[in-house]
Amino acid sequence: MTTPLLQIRNLHVRLEDDPSVEIIKGIDLTIMPGEVHSIMGPNGSGKSTLAQVLAGKEDYEITEGEILFNGQDLTELGPDERANSGIFLAFQYPVEIPGVSAMQFLKAAVNAKRAFEGQNELDAGALLKHFRAKAEQINVPFEMLKRNVNEGFSGGEKKRFEIFQMAVLDSVLGILDESDSGLDIDALRIVADGVNSMRDGRRSFLVITHYQRLLNYIVPDHVHVLVNGRIVKSGGKELALELEEKGYRPFGVNESAVAGAGA
Amino acid sequence: MTTTEEVARLSHERREYKYGFVTDIEQEFAPPGLDESTVRFISAKKGEPEWLLEWRLKALAKWQEMEEPTWVFLPYGHPPIDYQALSYYAAPKQSPKSLDEVDPKILETYEKLGIPLSETRALLGIEGGPETPAEARRGVAVDAVFDSVSVKTTFQEELKKAGVIFCSISEAVREHPELVRQYLGSVVPYSDNFFATLNSAVFSDGSFVYVPRGVKCPMELSTYFRINARNTGQFERTLIIADEGAEVSYLEGCTAPMRDENQLHAAVVELVAMKGASIKYSTIQNWYPGDETGKGGIYNFVTKRGICKGDDSRISWTQVETGSAITWKYPSVVLQGDRSKGEFYSVALTNLRQQADTGTKMIHIGRDTKSTIVSKGISAGEGQNTYRGLVQMNKGAHRAHNFTQCDSILIGDKCGAHTFPYVDIRNATATAEHEASTTKLAEDQLFYCTARGISNEDAISLLVNGFCKEVFSELPMEFAVEANKLLAVSLEGSVG
Repeated sequence: MTTPLLQIRNLHVRLEDDPSVEIIKGIDLTIMPGEVHSIMGPNGSGKSTLAQVLAGKEDYEITEGEILFNGQDLTELGPDERANSGIFLAFQYPVEIPGVSAMQFLKAAVNAKRAFEGQNELDAGALLKHFRAKAEQINVPFEMLKRNVNEGFSGGEKKRFEIFQMAVLDSVLGILDESDSGLDIDALRIVADGVNSMRDGRRSFLVITHYQRLLNYIVPDHVHVLVNGRIVKSGGKELALELEEKGYRPFGVNESAVAGAGA
Repeated sequence: MTTTEEVARLSHERREYKYGFVTDIEQEFAPPGLDESTVRFISAKKGEPEWLLEWRLKALAKWQEMEEPTWVFLPYGHPPIDYQALSYYAAPKQSPKSLDEVDPKILETYEKLGIPLSETRALLGIEGGPETPAEARRGVAVDAVFDSVSVKTTFQEELKKAGVIFCSISEAVREHPELVRQYLGSVVPYSDNFFATLNSAVFSDGSFVYVPRGVKCPMELSTYFRINARNTGQFERTLIIADEGAEVSYLEGCTAPMRDENQLHAAVVELVAMKGASIKYSTIQNWYPGDETGKGGIYNFVTKRGICKGDDSRISWTQVETGSAITWKYPSVVLQGDRSKGEFYSVALTNLRQQADTGTKMIHIGRDTKSTIVSKGISAGEGQNTYRGLVQMNKGAHRAHNFTQCDSILIGDKCGAHTFPYVDIRNATATAEHEASTTKLAEDQLFYCTARGISNEDAISLLVNGFCKEVFSELPMEFAVEANKLLAVSLEGSVG
């Protein structure tokens, strides 16, 4: 039997600073190698929290349940160890890092991963070659690497740069946190093409989105509806279409009441 | 545990100061204490001319009337300095004539510090650049000052061919007395301030540079200051003169052993730029900072000032200050020539219980003079970091302009950043811009880095280096590598 890439069992999460706020209230989710899962939900349902908890953000406390990655307990690992193990979070709002070039940043990330794996650092030539190959694959201009990380990038450039980083780091699980937000249709297509170019039967993706639109381009194997911290329905890709048509109302959500709440 | 708390916790762990070793050699000391006999002893040791002894004695008399300044912002204060308990002169017993005669232990000391005193000229500017700071230093002329004396100045012959004089100030007093007499104290008078006046009375050695008219100095010049002896102060004096149209880039580096008692370093640097001349002065200061309880470390009380004497001249100060228990230092530029330019680029890092009160003074006298100030303060651990700056536009400074950018970053929650900008404009056509920011090291940036696999410690170092980029880019290429590493080491084990 194949080991699941990611297995979440009965996960409960609350805010570290305010333990009275439980955001995730018992999630079960299994992702096999090569699968694309989508989590859809209204604002405030806990989608982004799930993404950040998986990546190891420290503002949250897991009160119950477990997360296994390749059969190993993930919760004791720091965010850097999770990344080096193959988890990649594409941020909803990629962060600008003044004075640090994308090249310098990726060099640090690649070499951190290599050190984690017990390999030598890549020399400048090998790094450049690697960056060029991935830039071509993900369709990002190589010039982007000379700019400071995300500084002055357009919304589309930021999201493309995220996907490019995942390719460079050769991560096996890509968690896309609303990678479609704020993108026009062309930018969306480029991001989706980048993701699709990495689908190889081994890599898996967890695509988090509010709208069905992105899923026209990144076609999921499984769709889960997350409402109020629980998965209320799972199905195939047709579930996304159903949501698009009927909205989240059938799941007891009053969209206008939650509009504007943080995801 | 949140990142901030973790950073604060880690900041209490002791960082490694790898330059803290002591060299065991025979040294000659002046007996502790300071009076006329001390000054006469130093002057006699150096075989100085009468006029210089007179100058020193005038300074001593003035100093004896002065009080240590109290306006410096030092939240932790400092134990009083007993000036009569210090020794004002320490020198290795043998004074070397050539490299072969330099005590091997001293040579070894400088090798250990990454400063080769042999003239193995390196291939600079080759593809890929220097791999290590030590390699980067090769091909740079070095004046090595060990406690009170200069032990070796490299590449003197090669520089001589270009007409450049680069030697210790003691040698300059002997060989070029007319130049020294003309310019010594011309920018920082002997009566300038408590520490500069003390220095004028007891200065032991330092570097002297004269770049003649129209000459572009063919290599980077540098001085490496090393305090070794216990209970001594270091009082070096540096004088750099760039004649009309001349250009020179100069760098100083500093380290000291780890000792439990505080040591005093009160230097004076004077720069003179004639018409169309340009002087770039860079400092990488890594004196021993003391331990995490604030014990030990160097008191770095330094007066640095340059004058843009001629029209179209330029003086640029770049400093990376990571060491010392207390730093008190305001490299300044007097912009006398029309269209002259003054620049100050600074990175000051305080960690442990270090206190830094540093900044600059830009005094605009000439017309169309311009000054730029970029100050980056990094406070970690229980460090206290103060920027203090004066921008003064005199009556005749028509259309003078200043731009000041002053950014502070706080790492952890036990440190402090303070800013005291003074602006004094007496000409209606002069303008000054000031931008300032103080931020905590952003947790979202840290998380973004760690979510890419970069460890917390490397991420902090990366972010801080990014924060300092504008200043590092002003350093000579050979030393930018070093500054980057120094910053990483200074933050290492202390903030994450």
